[in-house]
Amino acid sequence: MTALAWLPRAIVLGLIAFAIFGPLANLALWAAAEQWYFPHKLPVVYGLKFWHQVFKPSSDALASLGTSVVIALLTVAVSLALAVPAGYALARLSLPLRGLIMLAFLLPQAFPSVAVYINVARIFYTLGLNGTIAGVVLVHAVHGLVFAVWIAAAAFAAVDRDLELAARNIGAGALRTFLTVTLPLAAPGIVASAIFVFLESLDEFTGTFFVGVPDVTTLPLLMFTASVAGNYQIAAITALILLVPSVGFMMFVERFLKADVLAKVGA
Amino acid sequence: MRNPRFVGLLLVAPALLAVGALFVYPLLFSVASAFTSKEGQATLANFARAYELYSVDIAFTLVIVVTSTLLCGLLAIAIGGYLTLGENARAVAILKWLYRWPLFIPFVVAAQCMRTFVAKNGLMNNSLVSLGILEPIQTTSFLDWRGIVITFVWKQTPFVALLVAGAMASLDRSTIEAARNLGAGRLRILVEIVVPQVSSTLVVALILSFVTMMSVLSVPIMISGESPTMMTVDMAFRINAYGDYGTANALGVLSYLMTGAVAWIYLRRGIREGGRP
Repeated sequence: MTALAWLPRAIVLGLIAFAIFGPLANLALWAAAEQWYFPHKLPVVYGLKFWHQVFKPSSDALASLGTSVVIALLTVAVSLALAVPAGYALARLSLPLRGLIMLAFLLPQAFPSVAVYINVARIFYTLGLNGTIAGVVLVHAVHGLVFAVWIAAAAFAAVDRDLELAARNIGAGALRTFLTVTLPLAAPGIVASAIFVFLESLDEFTGTFFVGVPDVTTLPLLMFTASVAGNYQIAAITALILLVPSVGFMMFVERFLKADVLAKVGA
Repeated sequence: MRNPRFVGLLLVAPALLAVGALFVYPLLFSVASAFTSKEGQATLANFARAYELYSVDIAFTLVIVVTSTLLCGLLAIAIGGYLTLGENARAVAILKWLYRWPLFIPFVVAAQCMRTFVAKNGLMNNSLVSLGILEPIQTTSFLDWRGIVITFVWKQTPFVALLVAGAMASLDRSTIEAARNLGAGRLRILVEIVVPQVSSTLVVALILSFVTMMSVLSVPIMISGESPTMMTVDMAFRINAYGDYGTANALGVLSYLMTGAVAWIYLRRGIREGGRP
């Protein structure tokens, strides 16, 4: 009887699993296929030919992976440089219009961004920033700033004030207290925000599409070009490379973002 | 100089300036450009041309995004509801593990997955044919507006479900237990007790999803780049093919208005409920 009672549940869960993993399985099949054409339901020839093509030292894919990682690291540096002071101020100092300032960082996520990026590209063109790494980094940094600032503010807010007061009582200055007490205690939250910003930058497509052309090719752009050109194997392999950090983050996010910080995000 | 307010503002200023210069200014620039002719005069001609060329796509954009948002909401309520009210611990654990996967998958990758999965000869149709549910002759390609909806729902439902399930988990269980003791079924408890209490979280998640879908360029290009398609594709086309900023920005302003309308509905609802949005 219990086995029979499981049947409807098993069917529904099976359908959900098919809906979620089916598209990913199709991607994995394309990554492993050397030949696959109609009317075959599965690849005709399996092989790693296209993997060699992607990973050979002179390939476009490796170059664009390098570009993507450099851009993402620079984006993290710029965002943290902006977000750590802002997050500290929002968490600890009395600011006028604090709620409005918090909301201002949400703006880049609150408007449809295509038209904005078109005009960023137009403005950057006159400044000579179009098609440069710096231009792409600036666009990515502003887009990710809401996570950086909100998570940093939450991380600072979760630090016990008594510890800071104790440091001040035994004679540490404000800056020294911040550097030796507050910042280390808030570090896990800030690392989480850095990972978030890194991934946002790594996966970003629209901004790079308008601002990066024609000289900056990131991995998502290379994947897009391969896919539109009908080169599904290259597209699938680059897509899998993009999936690794995203799925890894999903597995480990809870380790970095503790519940006490999570509860204060956006507050 | 020791004034903490001043120091605070000084610390926030660089981040605020970055948002101002790299987001708010281009946003205002796009609005101004939409109402300006090539000769620099105030005009509505850009909107007239946008409507003339792309009225079908404007309507399609609304249909696609509204349909996707509603489906995301329904599926998220179903997932969150089962996670909260489900009686079988193992089934709940399996669902909890399953539903999050697409959450951190980039839109470009989701589009590439779906581009192959829902195609006429994709894994979805092939599986249905192999199982004997479909005849090969009955298979159709979903690489049109339906494919865009499928991709958006696939990618965005976990996000809405995550927030909704979180809100449901922090509800006071006593109201649910009281209803259960009075003999209410689980569906009725979900619809009449749980969903009303998490409605503000649900609406925020859906509005964020609505804006996200309005902003995505890769999915509509890769799933269905030909007309009828979404306004984002048309904007990119006006720029890349003609350098026509006027029409592109007019379409952009229309997309701001659509999200503005959604946000307004939300705020008005907040005011009616006692000023707490």
